[in-house]
Amino acid sequence: MANVAPVVPDTHPPVEGGGAPGPDGRSWYKRNEIALTPWLFLIPGVLFFAVYVIVPIFQSFYISFYEWDGLGDLHANGEFVGLGNYERLLGGDRKFEVSFWNNIRWLVLYLLAIPLGLFIALFLNQTVRGIRIYKSLFFFPFVLSQVVVGLVFSWFYLPREGLLNAGLALFGAGPVNILGDPSMATYGIIAAGLWPQTAYCMILYLTGLNAVDPEQVEAARLDGAKGWRMLWYVILPQLKPATFIAFVVTIIGALRSFDLISVMTNGGPFGSTRVLSFYMFEEALSEFGFRMGYGSAIAVVLFLLMLVFIAYFLWSMYRDEKAAAR
Amino acid sequence: MKTLTAALAATTMLSGAAFADGHQLSGELRIISDMSNPAPRAVMEGLVEDFGELHPDLDIELTVVDREAWKTQIRNALTANAPDLVNWYAANRMRPYVDAGLFMDVSDLWAEPEFEALASTKGAMTIDDAQWGVPYTYYQWGVYYREDIFDELGLEEPETWEQELANCQAILDSGRKCYTIGTKFLWTAGGWFDYINARTNGYDFHMELARGEVPWTDERVRQTFSNWRELIDMGAYIDDHQNYSWQEALPFMVNGEATSYLMGNFAVAAMRDGGLSDEQLDFYQFPIIAPDVERAEDAPTDTFHIPANASNPEAAKEFLRYVTSAEVQTRINAGDALGQLPVNAGSSVDDDEFLQQGFQMLSNDAPGGIMQFFDRDLDAEMASIGMEGLQEFMVFPDNLEDILARLEDARQRIYE
Repeated sequence: MANVAPVVPDTHPPVEGGGAPGPDGRSWYKRNEIALTPWLFLIPGVLFFAVYVIVPIFQSFYISFYEWDGLGDLHANGEFVGLGNYERLLGGDRKFEVSFWNNIRWLVLYLLAIPLGLFIALFLNQTVRGIRIYKSLFFFPFVLSQVVVGLVFSWFYLPREGLLNAGLALFGAGPVNILGDPSMATYGIIAAGLWPQTAYCMILYLTGLNAVDPEQVEAARLDGAKGWRMLWYVILPQLKPATFIAFVVTIIGALRSFDLISVMTNGGPFGSTRVLSFYMFEEALSEFGFRMGYGSAIAVVLFLLMLVFIAYFLWSMYRDEKAAAR
Repeated sequence: MKTLTAALAATTMLSGAAFADGHQLSGELRIISDMSNPAPRAVMEGLVEDFGELHPDLDIELTVVDREAWKTQIRNALTANAPDLVNWYAANRMRPYVDAGLFMDVSDLWAEPEFEALASTKGAMTIDDAQWGVPYTYYQWGVYYREDIFDELGLEEPETWEQELANCQAILDSGRKCYTIGTKFLWTAGGWFDYINARTNGYDFHMELARGEVPWTDERVRQTFSNWRELIDMGAYIDDHQNYSWQEALPFMVNGEATSYLMGNFAVAAMRDGGLSDEQLDFYQFPIIAPDVERAEDAPTDTFHIPANASNPEAAKEFLRYVTSAEVQTRINAGDALGQLPVNAGSSVDDDEFLQQGFQMLSNDAPGGIMQFFDRDLDAEMASIGMEGLQEFMVFPDNLEDILARLEDARQRIYE
């Protein structure tokens, strides 16, 4: 690497502090200080990121070519099967198909948190007495752990004692068992997930609304803009950074929807609420999961799915940075 | 100098011999236990304390892990820096660790004369003609029922399937459900399958199915499901059972909305905690379905194992001898301790009504054989796919063809 001693013959007396001084009397480090220091500060982070994130990604790729129960040594106890795991996964594994489509449902429906959050934020963006209290109340669900949210909602949905059915009974509607019905359970869980996620988007938009330029709003008002047109043409464009962040966190939130599922239905009934991350856990790591290779193959597919979004995020951030630099 | 070394060597040899006698154990003994519920935890801590008093030079370190969490943690615990003793389960449930060479072969222990008293559980501890651990407790399964409701309706404990169905009809007519069950975590449905299948087709067929030697689409399997379906079509089970854990299904029985529960004996403690007295609660053996089939029973066995990488196997083996000894078995399985059945034939069973009935049943009325349980007799992966299918069947019995095809597909892949 770069920190070999310079080839310049050392004709100067050694300077206090060590290191071979360059022609201008400064040590090698001193001369390159500005370029090196950021890297020095980054090293711990980069090191940990590499060991705990980058390397495992490639390990998953590698393990996904094996049939291995996760016990003992991969090469001694595992069997190389090439693309066998992928063939089985993509060639009609119904659990995989269910999980995949559930993932898509999560991705699409979870995005509802963005408009919902926006409207609550617009609603709360006023100066009324005690507005801070209302804001914190709306923000409250985001503070709760996902496990608590899941538990509260599973009680809410309980087929006999649950609040939902008590409410439905008031209108004469029959009892529904949302989490016990394979055609509704996933939507029930997504609704539970939307509760904290909406709060999150709301807080992002509230901060964004603080930065909206009052002069532009004033000018638009003079030009006769109001209502939806004001929102669409004047406010929303100024909220673009907030929307972008809300989009990013919501997509990521949808893809890591694991804890709610685990708490509320444990993947059931009959596996109808599985998503890829949960399926991966079940196959590779759970009580009966001894298919490390297969689980890794699922992880790789999930990774590729995420990669689409990550690439888009990176690209749009890169574009914005270039625009800002211009 | 030379003499000194020789003398030292002699003493080490001496202590080595003493070691084998098991009187002067020393060093460290690390135990990871999954006995995390209050009563079992007290038992485990008591065991360690008493064993420590017998072997004062031994430094015992006990770690108690949550019972559910241990089911996923064990694989890490066995590989990196393995302890000297762990808890696990008998039969096929230990196969992955045996196959991976992570459990130590303890056949030499089983060859000792004291272990003849444990003969009844030897089969469950045997894989590839060797034994891989020792049992420390087991418990019966059966139908726990509300005696007071049976009396009110004038019902008797059923002995045949027809009586069972007739009883159930009477219970349904009284506005109650026959059975409570919570299938959210799937395994409870496995108990029902074990019993109906073993009563319909016998122990041997059940074990062949468990070992993957019979297709799931076999006519005999269908017969099991069609017997089961009689109950489902009657509406015998509580509604929405797929939402509940086994504990969440208990209130139905405690409140009298359902009269019976097919469960392991561990449920008795929870039922008593729920407020049911022994006058309200009773137990009967699962009824006979096919008259010519000998009755087999579910009696899961919990076990101790020595990891292959254990650093103090001598002390660990001595602990296994200790924990299976008749006197210790009597003590730890007593009603005020684990409240289960001792594995040693020389032990005495607690006076508890349910333990006595269970012991009688397993010793005299289970000529067919002893099953470990659906998820312990079947291959792990097959069990998880299977139990999911059983849950689906209990909710949508019309999906049976699809479920069986799926299970058969899994069987062909897993037992290829």
